[in-house]
Formats: sequence, structure tokens, C-alpha cells
Amino acid sequence: MTDLINAFVLLSNFVLIPGLAYGAQLALGALGVTLIYAVLRFSNFAHGDTMAFGAMCVILVTWGMQGLGISAGVLPTALLALPFGILGAVALALLFDRTVYRFYRQQRAAPVVFVIASVGVMFMTNGIVRLIIGPDDQRFADGERFIIRAREFKEMTGLAEGLALRTTQGITIVVALVVMVALFWFLNRTRTGKAMRAYSDNEDLALLSGINPDKVVFWTWVIAAALATIAGTLYGLDKSFKPFTYFQLLLPIFASAIVGGIGNPIGAIAGGFVIAFSEVTVTYAYKKFLFYLGWESEGLMQLLSTDYKFAVSFVILVLVLLVRPTGIFKGRVI
Amino acid sequence: MGDPFLIGDGMTGGYGGADILHDCTIGVERGQIAVIVGPNGAGKSTAMKAVFGMLPLREGSVRLEGRDITDLSPQDRVAAGMGFVPQTSNVFTSMTVRENLEMGAYLREDDFEETVAQVFDLFPILAEKARQPAGELSGGQRQQVAVGRALMTRPQVLMLDEPTAGVSPIVMDELFDKILEVAATGIAILMVEQNAKQALNIADKGFVLVQGRNRFTDTGEALLADPEVRRSFLGG
Repeated sequence: MTDLINAFVLLSNFVLIPGLAYGAQLALGALGVTLIYAVLRFSNFAHGDTMAFGAMCVILVTWGMQGLGISAGVLPTALLALPFGILGAVALALLFDRTVYRFYRQQRAAPVVFVIASVGVMFMTNGIVRLIIGPDDQRFADGERFIIRAREFKEMTGLAEGLALRTTQGITIVVALVVMVALFWFLNRTRTGKAMRAYSDNEDLALLSGINPDKVVFWTWVIAAALATIAGTLYGLDKSFKPFTYFQLLLPIFASAIVGGIGNPIGAIAGGFVIAFSEVTVTYAYKKFLFYLGWESEGLMQLLSTDYKFAVSFVILVLVLLVRPTGIFKGRVI
Repeated sequence: MGDPFLIGDGMTGGYGGADILHDCTIGVERGQIAVIVGPNGAGKSTAMKAVFGMLPLREGSVRLEGRDITDLSPQDRVAAGMGFVPQTSNVFTSMTVRENLEMGAYLREDDFEETVAQVFDLFPILAEKARQPAGELSGGQRQQVAVGRALMTRPQVLMLDEPTAGVSPIVMDELFDKILEVAATGIAILMVEQNAKQALNIADKGFVLVQGRNRFTDTGEALLADPEVRRSFLGG
């Protein structure tokens, strides 16, 4: 019996909790991608670097606050800096919309043109971030590190295995939940949110109904940039901030959005967790887990090395596009 | 006798290149139904789009209540009191019936609950399905949602592009009954119809177009009685 509990705790510690936190980060990122796709009708390749830019703004403000002695007690100071980071990312997104995307909207350019333009925006954002904060790792987490420490858990329960819950993981899950509830409330209950859905559903009819497209586009960028900043900051707190990792995150984020059904917010959330848990479960070494279940194994019992975690999203992405291009929750076909 | 309430007067124009409409005139009075009929490719829908500002006019003008609205965009014409129901994609399929109506009222700043109630009175089935996505409804019910959405701005003119396309004859009769009810509230109705005979039956005025020109213009009754119209356009 104890062995079974140990096995469960082990799995929670190394698969369940990290998977939930990572899934929440991917889901927030995928929500931004899916919103842009639903309303502006293109795959925004710059989203990963918007996350990096937003997180960078948060870090700079966090450092400023730390210098002034402002802190959030046991919570990371970054949470206080988050609104400022969102403002920064929103400003950047709107700047690029005015200078780049609006031109192509007026031309009624094909979606692929927007995609290529967004790749250009991606490189520019990437460059700006590296110029300002540099290409290296930055740590900005402070406050209490753990909600539950592994050693305390062991002493408390008398189990051989410990369960650790880091503050950043707890915060990630709570913040993601709050943001998702707020987003769905906005989309389903407010006039502007409904107008966004209407515009996404049927642009011509939305125009006939008097919905102002400029306003819809404006709010879409504001929300997407806010989501990107929150996702980027949570990821940076949980792991560490390095501009290049956000570029790499683009693949699992797009995989999440497409697996769930692009253009569908619920799909983006479901897809985020599907991708996160696939990555974590496929790259986890099950040797010790199986030992508790009474099976002594020779090797590590790891399906794939963690180096290949991006391959997991890629394989899932390809499979979904082949078998069910609309994704789990009937999004649009890319 | 003055202008009709809404008139597209001597409209000539096309989508760049050759003209599709040639000196075409279409008008409708308050509380009346005007129907545009004619063979395929006669420019029926184009004429209606021209009245709604979706086709650039080279000559002619569109006047609503005597006011020249030729230069207004379709969106501005909605604000000026015109409602338009396109032939296809005329509902927000992923949104509920109620949300469709709310979007129809997007321009209104006042309380539109009363108008929702009126639409539900007119189309009781919509009240029943208010919380269902419009995409899940049958063809006839969708048309009712589409008309309901256009009525939410309390328009003075309602323009319908083939409202009975693709529905069964029974549903078509029902829709025509509803359209008569709408006209009875004082709204001017202008519609394009494939089912010329049935449409002229309920029409106060009929416009028979051929190749973008007015061929016959008379009351619905007179057109139905005209042997030449019957022979050429109504199948005997």
C-alpha cells in the first residue's frame, strides 16, 4: 500500500505538477495565437517573441521595484510588475499593427502574406529584446520559493518520496485559471467580446450589423498581448527567462492551438494540456515508479530523452493535421 | 406624385469593367412589398446591392425619404434605417439565436429588449431556440434568425436577397406570411425572389428585370395578369 502511495506521489511530483504548470503556460500562449487566428485570420509567428518582450518588460520593472525595496512579500515581485509589462507588450503589438498589419488589411492581403509579415515582426521583436536585455538567462523570481517542500512533505507523511510544490507552479496554475475565467466571461458576456466573436464568425455580417472592425482589431491585440505577457512571465518565473526559449516555445504553442482546434479558445486550453502532458510523460524516466509497483527494470524506462521534447509536439502536430485537421474541438482547417 | 419612400433612380454601374445595371429604377413605399424578379443573370441581386450601396454607381442616385444617400457606405445606410439580409451566410452560426439578435442591435445605445420581444412574437420558434447556436437550426429557422437580426435596428426598409432560397414550399409560404406581417408594421420591404409567381402574389409592386434593365414595372397583381409576363417569366 505504502509503495502504491509512494508511486503516486513520485508521479505527482515529476509529472502531474510540472505538467499542469507547463500546460497552463502553453494554454495561455495558445489562447493568444488562437484569438489572433480567429479574428485577424493569420497564424501569428511573432507571438512567442511577444511573450519574450512582455516578460522582459516585467523583468525590468521587477528589478526597478526590487531596487526601490517594493516587494509582494511571499509572492514574486513580478506579479506587481505584471500590469506594467502588459502595457509594454500592448504598446508594441499596437505599434506593429499600425505600422505593418494595417497596411496589409487595407490591401486585403492573403493570409500567407500576413504570416510572412509576422515572421518579420518576430525577428524584429527578437532583436529588440536581445538589444535591451541581452541573450542570456535572467533570474527575477523572489519571495518564498516553495509552497510545499519535499523534505517537509516526507517528514509530515513519513513517505519515502517527497512532493514539492514550488510557488511559481502554484501561481502559474492559479493565475492561468483566473485569466481563463476572465477571458471567457469577456467573450461571452460583454458587448465587445460578443462583437469579437461575431467578427470572427462572419466578417461581412458583422460589418452589416455596424460592428466597428478597428475596435475589434484593437481589442484583439490588447488581449493577445496581455495573454502573451502573462504566459511569458509565468514561464520565466517557473523556468528562467532566456529570449531564445520563447522562440522555441512557438512550436508547442502552435501545436496546442492546432490540436485543440485553432480559432477555438476552449480547444487552445485543452490542447495546451494535451501537449504539455505528452511531453512530460514521454520524456519521464519511469524506472523508480515501476520499482514501487514491484517491477525492477534494467534501463531508465524513458521513452525519449528530454532533448527530444520538441519532437513530441511536432509529431502530435503532424498527426493531427493528417488525421483530424480541425483539431479536438472543431476549429478551422488551416 | 412624389418619389417613393426608397428609390434607386436610373441606376447604372457595375463592378468595374462593363456595366451590369443600365438605367434601372427600383422603388418601394412604406408598409408595402416590392419584389424584383427576372431570369437568371438579370441583375436582380445586383440591383438590390446597388440600392444598398454595395455596387458603385456611375449614374443615377439612391434616395431614402427624399434624402440622397448615394454616397453612403452600406454601414452608414444601416444607421440611416435600412436593414439588409444577404442570401447566404446571413447568421452568426457559432453564436446563439439571442446573441445574433443582440449583434443586430449593436448600433443601438438604448434598451433593445422590447425589440427582442417583438422579434420573438413574430417568430415564436426563435424564442424557443433562443439559447441554441444559430448554426444548428434548419434552413427556414435560420432565415427567421437572419430577418430577426436585421429587424433589431428597427429599420424603415428591409431588404431581402432571395429569402426563400433552398427552403421547402411549406416553409416558403410561412416565410412569405411573416414578411407580410413585417410589412404590416409599416416597414418597406424590397426583396429579390426566384419564386416569381408566389412572390408577386404578395407583392404590392413588381419589377421585372432583364439584362440589368427594367422590362416591366407594375403592381404584383397586374404583372401576374399580364399574358406576356406570364409567358416569358412565369412559365405560362
